[in-house]
Amino acid sequence: MTPNGLLQIGVFFVLILAITKPLGVYMTRVFAGERTLLHPLLRPLERACYVLCGVKESTEQRWTQYAGSLLSFSLFSFALLYAFQRLQGYLPLNPMGFGTSHAMSGATPMTPDLSFNNALSFTTNTNWQNYSGENTLSYFVQMVGLTMHNFTSGAAGIAIAVALIRGFARQTAAAIGNFWVDMVRATVYVLLPLSLAIALFFCSQGVIQNFHPYTVATTVEGKTQTIAQGPVASQEAIKMLGTNGGGFFGANSAHPFENPTPLSNLVQLLAIFAIPAGLTYVLGKMVGDTRQGWAVFAAMSVLFLAGVFVLYSAEQSGNPILANLGVPGPNMEGKEVRFGIPMSALFATVTTDASCGAVIAMHDSLTPFGGLVPLFNMQTSEVIFGGVGAGLYGMLLFAILAVFIAGLMVGRTPEYLGKKIEAKEVKMAMLALIATSAVILVFTGISSVADFAKGGYWNSTGAATTNLLNGGPHGFSEILYLFTSSAANNGSAFGGINGNTPWYNLTGAITMAVGRFFIILPMLAVAGSLAAKKRIPVTSGTLPTHGALFSGLLVGTVVIVSALTFFPALSLGPIVEHFLMWEGRLF
Amino acid sequence: MWRQLLPGLRMTIVLTILTGMVYPGVVTGLCQLFFKKQADGSLIVKDGHVVGSALIGQNFTRPEYFQPRLSAAGNDGYDPMASGGSNLGPTSKKLADRVKASVETFRKQDPEFTGPIPPDLLTTSASGLDPDLSPPSATAQIPRVAKARGASEQEIGHLVAQFTVDRDLGFLGEPRVNVLLLNLALDEHFPLTK
Repeated sequence: MTPNGLLQIGVFFVLILAITKPLGVYMTRVFAGERTLLHPLLRPLERACYVLCGVKESTEQRWTQYAGSLLSFSLFSFALLYAFQRLQGYLPLNPMGFGTSHAMSGATPMTPDLSFNNALSFTTNTNWQNYSGENTLSYFVQMVGLTMHNFTSGAAGIAIAVALIRGFARQTAAAIGNFWVDMVRATVYVLLPLSLAIALFFCSQGVIQNFHPYTVATTVEGKTQTIAQGPVASQEAIKMLGTNGGGFFGANSAHPFENPTPLSNLVQLLAIFAIPAGLTYVLGKMVGDTRQGWAVFAAMSVLFLAGVFVLYSAEQSGNPILANLGVPGPNMEGKEVRFGIPMSALFATVTTDASCGAVIAMHDSLTPFGGLVPLFNMQTSEVIFGGVGAGLYGMLLFAILAVFIAGLMVGRTPEYLGKKIEAKEVKMAMLALIATSAVILVFTGISSVADFAKGGYWNSTGAATTNLLNGGPHGFSEILYLFTSSAANNGSAFGGINGNTPWYNLTGAITMAVGRFFIILPMLAVAGSLAAKKRIPVTSGTLPTHGALFSGLLVGTVVIVSALTFFPALSLGPIVEHFLMWEGRLF
Repeated sequence: MWRQLLPGLRMTIVLTILTGMVYPGVVTGLCQLFFKKQADGSLIVKDGHVVGSALIGQNFTRPEYFQPRLSAAGNDGYDPMASGGSNLGPTSKKLADRVKASVETFRKQDPEFTGPIPPDLLTTSASGLDPDLSPPSATAQIPRVAKARGASEQEIGHLVAQFTVDRDLGFLGEPRVNVLLLNLALDEHFPLTK
């Protein structure tokens, strides 16, 4: 590790620390319906949304109604995106003719299974992509379909987190807020203004934003180079800010048109962590004790920094196999020169801590321990800052388990943030954890052995393992990464695997849906149950949850639960590969 | 049932218009107004036609040009219609074979350079469109380019130094040399005698 590399990581972390409070204060006011600086400008827009949608701002919902509203929105927006993708040949803003007979050769057709996978992927904030945008989707689908989902899936996540915090903050209440109001506020006051500013900054750095047909250039050596174009900056901003991560182009944020400079990259990194970090402050503020929020922030920071340093040192020490061939030094396979090792390591950690999934380095080409960190980050259910909203409600799930375990040790009824944690809360937390872990392990297991008829519908190349690019343990890691990323609603990939077959499109889609809704619904149930409870006063027997002791307990719970669940699978993949690499074994 | 479902439909339509049409439209307008060159792809026009983008790498195979990193984008590399990396893992035989072959080619092509090969030169980038080389990777090619152009190594080295960009704000990312811009400058300052 170099001093300059450590400086970059340090500066990034300090900036996140500096953003947390002001953004947290702002968001707390927004979700309480209080006036902010932007109200004179945006309040009319907010009200227009309510009028047009027939929503009464003052109505509050029980948790079941809140969940019903979320499901209804997810259903309609999913269906609309599916239709856009299937019908893109008939829709405007399609200069390259995708979905028509004069599309370029080599264009990926939006088949029913691919469209299903992708519509669910963007609805669940996963943004796993079994295609490359530049040779698959029209500007209309990218912009009206995908950019919209980048906003709404993020806004829905924030809404759920705020509803869960209300469960802790309120007492003897039947309602936990109004989904439509929370969602409109998240979009109008938080995501839209920040995205607009970030998009303009990206464009100043070189991110493109136009509707031109692709540019045909004649290179210096006289060859033809077709340069893809499109409305990228507007999507790039919300892609990071909403922890979505779905690239406009196949190379995602490594593409110079998505992320042209190290400076634009720093802003991308900050945009990923900003809202998840700010929400920890919202938690503290809303329950009336900001130390509670900082304790959660601290636990997240410990896990984040540990991940960065493992990944960074693994990539810096490089690949001994290439060193023996005469190319010593850090592992630059699948990385960009302008970003280098420290920024690539930082980005790979941040994007998998948060459920972003954008990449500036190809994760498939990371060293074994370099690839282990993203896998493990996602296997913690994305709670290290995590997705917008999703990170916080995921971490609160672990907080419930942590106080439960602590309660068992001292023989007292566990409490968190003034609420008794009882059988119902713990059952719901366990349901969420078991469901999401089970889909990962079960589908990875099946795909490792499943045999299909060659030339058949489900996987035309035959066995599910024929879709892998790499052999040996690394091939297994490709499958494990696919289902882990899907369940964690991350979307980054060990990209060597060909996931665009009905088998992987369907199983991946199921995994994404379970990973999203089997956490959201139990957490909303917890919110409803907690809101109905009385607040209990702090006594000498209360486990304090605002200090280093609790942060440590929380870190321990996250690491132990995730490690116990996934250690066997990780051993078969990156861990054994690490030893084989140092032995010089090739596959 | 409908009382629950209907706002979902209306909200989908309203937010599609707001975030999927109005917002990108506003961004496009502002970007085209303030940052037209960048918004259109930082294209480089020479003698009336586009030779490429300053941000997108392109293939150079002739000895009189600095050659970029390897690229896994498309069949011949540097194809912006298929951006992406090789996705080969650290224990991949394909990767080892590829690196072995490119080391041999490089040593044959640049016999004057005898040091260890800089790690970025013979690896593929993440995007397959990496416009840059690390300064050591550019320096390693100076003797070959100088010879092919009948210039002194010092003159070419001077040009490379001139096109070397420092880290952003002095600490972000890595120092780099844009290959296309460097090669265009080569043609301008040290034209090939036909």
